[in-house]
This record gives sequence, C-alpha cells and structure tokens, in this order.
Amino acid sequence: MSILVNRDSRVIVQGFTGKEGTFHSEQCIEYGTNIVGGVTPGKGGQIHLGKPVFNTVIEAVESTNAKVSVIFVPPAFSADAVMEAAEAGIEVIVCITEGIPVADMMIAKKYVQKKGAVLIGPNCPGIISAEEAKIGIMPGVVFKKGNVGVISKSGTLTYEAANQVVQAGLGITTAIGIGGDPIIGTTYIDLLKLFEKDSATEAIVMIGEIGGDLEIQAAKYIEKNITKPVVAFIAGQTAPKGKRMGHAGAIIAGSKGTAKEKMDALEAAGVHVVDSPADIGKKVKEVLG
Amino acid sequence: MNIHEYQAKQIFAKYKIPIQDGITIEDAKDARSAAEKIGGNFWVIKAQIHAGGRGKGGGVKFAKNLEEVEKFASDILGMTLITHQTGPAGRIVKKIFIAGGVDIKKEYYLGIVLDRTAEMPVMMASTEGGMEIEKVAAETPEKIIKVGIDPLIGFQAFHARKLAFGLNLSKEQMKHFGKFAKTLYQVYSNTDASLIEINPLVLTSDDMFIALDAKMGFDDNALYRHPEILKMRDLDEEESTELEAGKYGLSYVKLDGNVGCMVNGAGLAMSTMDIIKLSGGEPANFLDVGGAASAETVAKGFEIILKDKNVKAIFVNIFGGIVRCDRIANGILEATEKTNVKVPLVVRLDGTNSSEAAEILKSANIENIITATDLADGAQKVVNAARGV
Repeated sequence: MSILVNRDSRVIVQGFTGKEGTFHSEQCIEYGTNIVGGVTPGKGGQIHLGKPVFNTVIEAVESTNAKVSVIFVPPAFSADAVMEAAEAGIEVIVCITEGIPVADMMIAKKYVQKKGAVLIGPNCPGIISAEEAKIGIMPGVVFKKGNVGVISKSGTLTYEAANQVVQAGLGITTAIGIGGDPIIGTTYIDLLKLFEKDSATEAIVMIGEIGGDLEIQAAKYIEKNITKPVVAFIAGQTAPKGKRMGHAGAIIAGSKGTAKEKMDALEAAGVHVVDSPADIGKKVKEVLG
Repeated sequence: MNIHEYQAKQIFAKYKIPIQDGITIEDAKDARSAAEKIGGNFWVIKAQIHAGGRGKGGGVKFAKNLEEVEKFASDILGMTLITHQTGPAGRIVKKIFIAGGVDIKKEYYLGIVLDRTAEMPVMMASTEGGMEIEKVAAETPEKIIKVGIDPLIGFQAFHARKLAFGLNLSKEQMKHFGKFAKTLYQVYSNTDASLIEINPLVLTSDDMFIALDAKMGFDDNALYRHPEILKMRDLDEEESTELEAGKYGLSYVKLDGNVGCMVNGAGLAMSTMDIIKLSGGEPANFLDVGGAASAETVAKGFEIILKDKNVKAIFVNIFGGIVRCDRIANGILEATEKTNVKVPLVVRLDGTNSSEAAEILKSANIENIITATDLADGAQKVVNAARGV
C-alpha cells in the first residue's frame, strides 16, 4: 500500500520534451511509473520516449485518462502549468520547479484548492511510492519497500533519511517532498492524515526545517489525531537569524521559525524528535521495536 | 533583495504616495548645497544601509544649521554603523539621504508582509510609530492591528476601515489613510514586494499622512519581471563571497566556525552544520552545491570555502542519487588538485555506487583526504581534523 500514487496511477509530464522533463521522465519510466504521455505546447502530435505528446493538458487528460501530472516547466510558467492541470481535472499535481514567484503561487494554490486537487510542491523532489511509482527526481534505488512513510521539506535530506530507514532493516511506503518554498501546495497535516489511514504505514518520519510554522501546526495536529509513532528531525539548529538558507522558505524571521521552537512543539506533542540527522533511521527502528 | 530608503521612496513617489523627499549624496562636500536646495532651517541626515535601527546606532542626525549639516554628513559618511539588524560587524555607510523637516502631529507604523500561515499578505498598523516594531509585537501585541489581504480580491475599503478604526483616526484622517493604504498595497502587489515598512508614518497638522521612512524587500524569484527594481540592487550591501557563490549557482552563507562544509541540497547542508555542532565543532559556513554535484561546482565550492581563513578542515557531504557517487569522487579528486586544497578533507559519499567511490578515493592515496562511512562518522572525523587531532 501507499498514499497518493501507486503503480496504476496514470501520469502525464508537463514540460515533457524539455531537457529536465526528458531526463527525469526516462528515470521514472525505468522505475515502473505508468507515464501515459506528456504536454509541450506546440509539439502536440509527436511521440516522445514512446509516449504521445499533447499541446494542452485537457487534450492529454481526454486521450489518456491521466489523473496525475508532474511539472518540469521553467519558474515563470509554472503557476500557469499548475492551474492548467487543475482546470483539466488532474487530481494530483506534482510541481518540481524551483524559483516560482510567491505571488503566483498564492493564486495558483487557491485555484487548485477550489478544484479539489492535491498540489505537491513546488520546489520539491516529488512523490515516490516504493517499488511502485516514482513521480519526481529522487534516486529510486534508495527507496526500498517497507512500512515507514516520509514527509519532508527537503530533497537530499529525504534520500538520507530513507537510506537510514533502509539501512536499519526497514523500508518506505511513500515518501513525499513537500517543498522548501514559503507557500507550498500540501503541508504536513494533509499527508499525516493520509498516512494515518494507510494500513501499510506503521511509522511516519517528518523532516522539517527553519522558517514558517508548518511544523508547529503539524505538532498540534499530531497530538490530537495521529496514533502512529512519528519521528521528526528539524534542520537548521545552527542557522543564523535573517539569512535565507538555500530554500526560499528557510529563513528565521525575527525570532520566529527557529528549529528549537519547532522541536519543542513536536516534542510536547509526543513526537520522537532526534537532535542529530544521523539518528533518524535508528530512532524509527527503536520506536517500531 | 532589499533596497535603500531613498530608493523605496522613489518607488513610492511614482505611485504618488506622499513621502518626505530629499537628496541622496555620497560625498560630504555635497551636503551643504543639498541642504540649501531643500531649503528651510531644519534638516535630517540619514545613513542609507539595508538595516533598521539606524537612529539608535547613530546613523540619523538632526541639523539646525548648514554647519551642522556638513558636520553630520561627514560624521556619518564612512562610519561603520552597527544596529540590531546589522550584526556586530556593522555596515560601512556609503550614501546619506538629506531631507527637510516635517511638521509632525503623530507617528504611526504601517507595513505589509507575507503571512506564511495565512498564505496572503498582511497589512499591519500601529499607533506606536518610531518604535522597534519587533519590540511592540513582543511586548504589546494588542497595539498592532492586522488585516490579511486575499490576493483574489485585493485591498478593499473594509480593510482600510478596520485599520483606521483600530488607530482611532478621525473621519478626515481616515479618508487620507484609506487612500494611502490602498496605494501602498498596489505598490506591494505590482512590484512583487516581500516587505514594505513605513516607520514612522507621520500624520501632519493638516491631517495628511507622509512616509517619513521607507523600507522595501522583494521576492527574489520575481525579480526577473522587474528589471527596474533589479537595477536598484546595491552589491555593497551584500557579502562578497555570498555574491560570488551565487554567480555559480551555489548557495553560501558565511558563519563564524572553523569547519567548512560542502553539501548537495539545502536541507542536508543545514543538517550537516547541525551535526558538526553536535559533534563538538563549529560550522564555518552553509554551502549547497545543488542537488546534482559536479566537478565544476565542487571545485568552485572549495574556492569559496577557502576564502575564509578560519577554515581548518572541510567536510564534503554528498548524497549521490541520480548522479552516481563514483563520478562525484572523480570530480572531488579533480577539484582538489585544481584548487590545491591543503586542509584536511573529510569526504562522505553515500547513495548510488558509494563503495566504488570509496575505492576511487582510497586508491588515489591523497594525504589530506579522509573518507567517512556515514554522516555521524564524517562529522566526528572533520571536527577532530579541525582540532588537529
């Protein structure tokens, strides 16, 4: 079992024929993802990687019955791509692109919500349901099948955490990179809810970082609603105030959004918080007995 | 990206937002003529740096005659101004803004910032103008009135009323305030700002509002569509190594420790700093070479890290995914040779083909390269190496 996507999910790629789109689509297909086509305006009618290319998302959806879309278009056009996917009835929209203006995302997110779709990202590695479907840019080999769900704001740190979980003799159900931007489509709470319901998931790893208060909202939610053990790590305990640490959203504003504030809130909610990023796998093993 | 007060005021002026106008100079010998041009018998001389708290730090002075204007101008230009926002190193003042006196009945605070929780801009107003707003928020939060502005509807009259009633404005004042606030939101929205602060916003004796100060920051991701704002970027206000790193697509932040680190991915880079600290060391920097590390980015990374003379050892922590570790190992060897790295280099490569990578590093037999098996091992080894153990 898994959440959001599985081996049957019908996936299209927006920005299919571009350099990034092509490279990662190949990797996804190799992993077993059911990519049924792609969209590149002006290239409709062509065949790329053995799949049909469409000019618009709606055409792609009508011909392929796709329910999932992954977006690899440049930042200036990404919000438009997200809204086009939502308009066409795509149910899960995964936006990998980094560098989208905040003002664009504010509007796009509201539209996606209105359409009842799920948006993952932007500025994220995507979703992987281990040994079923990879919809994103993560290295598939790291994610062995198992009983641990992962929700993370980061890319490589997610791979690190998944690798530790696998080294500890466990595996992953689904891992989701929610993205490092100030405004992201899906936050911890939405996904905690799905993992709580997923019978294959027995523990949840939550990886956060400085900036904003999503982790604190999650802590409040976990306390009341999550019965499965949650292991958390928050990156940026040593980050200085007022400096953006790579991700657009990773900045301590005034004294708000520090790692300590988040770790304390999670701890108080009964989450197993680890201080060291090297202890994530060990801790999961320990809480699962 | 942030801009100076005088630049923010130029933007305000374009939108016909009333400002305390003035003249910006870079040479103290121009101060007298600037003051004469402005006229009157009272002037304010303000340091132009990208930080708040300038007044308290001695960067804002009031002159009652032209001799004082000259004196204060030469005092402030070239001084190292330290405020609660500059950090202990402070900033060297390279420009000053000279303005005439304003007739002040009352001072307010007005600002717009992105509220990440509400996922929309929030406009904030307070009667505690001229104070440090962070302090007001912490000590008397009830004195800050906030309205969230849904971008789908923009700034409406009811937003203005909520703020104006909260500030206890008279009917006449309310009219002017409403127009001021609405235009300010237009500025925020049209320029892709991430922050606007007017502190103080001044009410004059004829019940008009004037921006006595102005501070603006912008969403870096949106600058591509605002070339006129990008032109206002002042590179003197930015850390030179951070700037250089940015040119090569690397994200670097200098810190005070002596353990350099080079990592792929921002989350892992922050975590690497954290584990260095937990292992008893102090990180010298944050450095993200991007998700896919290459020989070129790694070489540039070494160069950037080694500009900091405090660095005693470097931790290269790469989680190889789609880019295989054996290729990264070769890249590191190439980069080490090219940049002539002398300090101990602890290398941890994990992920795809990590054992082949370890072989490559071992057989290269380079004295200052120490291989590590995992995150914890690498952190301990680099902290020891920095101590000379």
